[in-house]
Amino acid sequence: MAAEEVVLRRLKTSKDIGKFMSDYYHELDAASKSGKQKIAWCTSVGPAEILRGMGFLIYFPETHSAMLGSTRMATELIPKANAIGYSPEICSYLTADIGAFLQGVTPLSKAFPGIESIPGCDVLVYNTNQCRDVQDWFAWYSRKFGVPSVGIETHRNVGTVTDTHVSSIVGQMESLVEPLEKIAGRRLDMDELKHAVALSRQCSDLWEEVLATAAAVPSPLTFFDGTTLMGPAVVGRGTQKAIDVYKLLLEELNERIAQGVGAIGEEKYRIYWDGMPVWGRLGPHSKLFAGLKANVIASTYCSSWIFSALDPEKPMESMARAYTELFIVRSDEYKENYIKGKLELFHCDGIIYHDAKTCPNNSNCRYGLPQRLQAQTNIPALMINGDLNDLRLLSDEQTKTNIEAFIEQLEESKA
Amino acid sequence: MNPIYVGVDVGASRTKVAVLDLSKRLIGYSIKKSGTDFSKTAAECLKTSLEMAGCTEADMVGTVSTGYGRMNVLFARETKSEIGCHAKGSYLYFPMAITIIDIGGQDNKVIKLDENGRRTGFKMNRKCAAGTGAFLEEMAFRLDIPLDEMSVLASRSTNMVKLGSFCTVFSATEVLENIRNGKKVEDIVKGVFFSMIQRVLEMDSLTENVVMTGGVVENNPYMVSMAEELIGRKILVSEHPQLAGAIGAALYAMDLFPAPSREL
Ligand code: SF4
Repeated sequence: MAAEEVVLRRLKTSKDIGKFMSDYYHELDAASKSGKQKIAWCTSVGPAEILRGMGFLIYFPETHSAMLGSTRMATELIPKANAIGYSPEICSYLTADIGAFLQGVTPLSKAFPGIESIPGCDVLVYNTNQCRDVQDWFAWYSRKFGVPSVGIETHRNVGTVTDTHVSSIVGQMESLVEPLEKIAGRRLDMDELKHAVALSRQCSDLWEEVLATAAAVPSPLTFFDGTTLMGPAVVGRGTQKAIDVYKLLLEELNERIAQGVGAIGEEKYRIYWDGMPVWGRLGPHSKLFAGLKANVIASTYCSSWIFSALDPEKPMESMARAYTELFIVRSDEYKENYIKGKLELFHCDGIIYHDAKTCPNNSNCRYGLPQRLQAQTNIPALMINGDLNDLRLLSDEQTKTNIEAFIEQLEESKA
Repeated sequence: MNPIYVGVDVGASRTKVAVLDLSKRLIGYSIKKSGTDFSKTAAECLKTSLEMAGCTEADMVGTVSTGYGRMNVLFARETKSEIGCHAKGSYLYFPMAITIIDIGGQDNKVIKLDENGRRTGFKMNRKCAAGTGAFLEEMAFRLDIPLDEMSVLASRSTNMVKLGSFCTVFSATEVLENIRNGKKVEDIVKGVFFSMIQRVLEMDSLTENVVMTGGVVENNPYMVSMAEELIGRKILVSEHPQLAGAIGAALYAMDLFPAPSREL
């Protein structure tokens, strides 16, 4: 199938998102240099609101790792971590990030002039709801910096989220408060906490609305846009600025819908993406799909920052629930139904599963789920092998052949 | 004019050209090592197969290329994926619901078609030599046996040596260890084929009718017998399994570029 001329329509608001990220990193950098505000390092779905309630600024190493991936610095840095005993088989966010630290480099300095290094760290706070790797990752920095690493060990493979699950997580969260207060040098302010939860909820609702615009035909949004647009939903949870920028984004997307403008030149096929993006290939992948008149419109990954259970009136309990309701924590049965619902909602013609070698947690095709889902929905599925950050685990030619053949299959089945 | 359709399959290892007449008969073909200059090899294959068909370039109504080097075929008017081409090239000879197992030089494919020839799914192997022609070549090299003698040798085996590993390098070590332990070469070679079939069979489930294609299948008929034994039923193999992709490409050309109506 010959690829046509590629049309990718850039969103104006992506500039505002860029500005948001720049301000965010500069604020952290300033605090790090002045020492005026404490900095907590937190996992992407860790209890950020509690930290905000104590006045911490929050740095998310995963976002830094994604940048190492998208700038294609990761592949050179991962071996540095491998050499000190962190296997090439484990999370390549972890290995890339530790590798970058060992090498003394960061993509922040190129992206945001004036920033020379990652920010300092007063405490590390994790939640294992996504995986155990984050705990090991933070443990390394904890030893390096001589600062504590504290966190929450979430239940795994959860079917229905029960009160027992929630109360055990609430207990764990509460026991974090005292040690964190000591580091913060101040008390947890309940009003600030509630306010942060309220802002997080608003941010989450807006992000959900943003992603839902992709249900329009043609979709104003692509998954590849989504992976960078979601920055504020990850790092800005619990802040007003994230809400403001998402309002702008939503406005632009709705304008596109009203005018019938899609994110790519022509959208003949609508694809769902399950699993992580290949960060170092966002550009080539988005062009590959657009050239085949296929739009990857929705994904499990981008939807992972929707926390509809958050409720400022019950901050701890609702956080415990929201961070346990997360897709990645759930049973395969739940995941199957979830993806099925998304395939319907977004009118998808096909689904692609990215089996990321170093992240089993986000690779949902290893326990027969694609086969079960295809039998139920009749929606064709494709599995591609790759990785989020380690480009040594990728064959571009195989990916291309697979995707071209898949779209060809969809074309022939529509004919 | 003698209208013909040409399919070119430029694999990482071999380039194949097939020439079909209007009634889909294979009237010319050529297979050569792809080498490093894909365009040149494709042109040479075209020349040989046109000679065999008794035709000239002026007779070519449409040409489609496929395979790893599909973009390098300067005389092709369109490209199609190798999955699609293998599917079409196999369905021509076996028009029923089939599972196609293609064992190529660098990769394997399992493709499923329904009774109308529509693809219902496909899988390619991971980026690894396990189960591919490259694995076989490496083992032949280690055992110092010409590649084209492997099949006959394996058929003489009475006591197969099983190789345990996924990995080509580990398997090579196992082969050397077995030689050191005095195992017979034919028993080891049978083990090599067995391991290849295992790798392919674990890629996907099979439907009732199984077709095998690819150069490894064409050159090693013993492998098909072994696979039949393993799955417990007859496997369908066309006359030229290595040409399945090229024939499929020619069939795509036929769909895409209708023949000019006959001049009076
Ligand atoms: S979920 Fe995957 S990518 Fe994220 S930190 Fe864990 S192992 Fe790494």
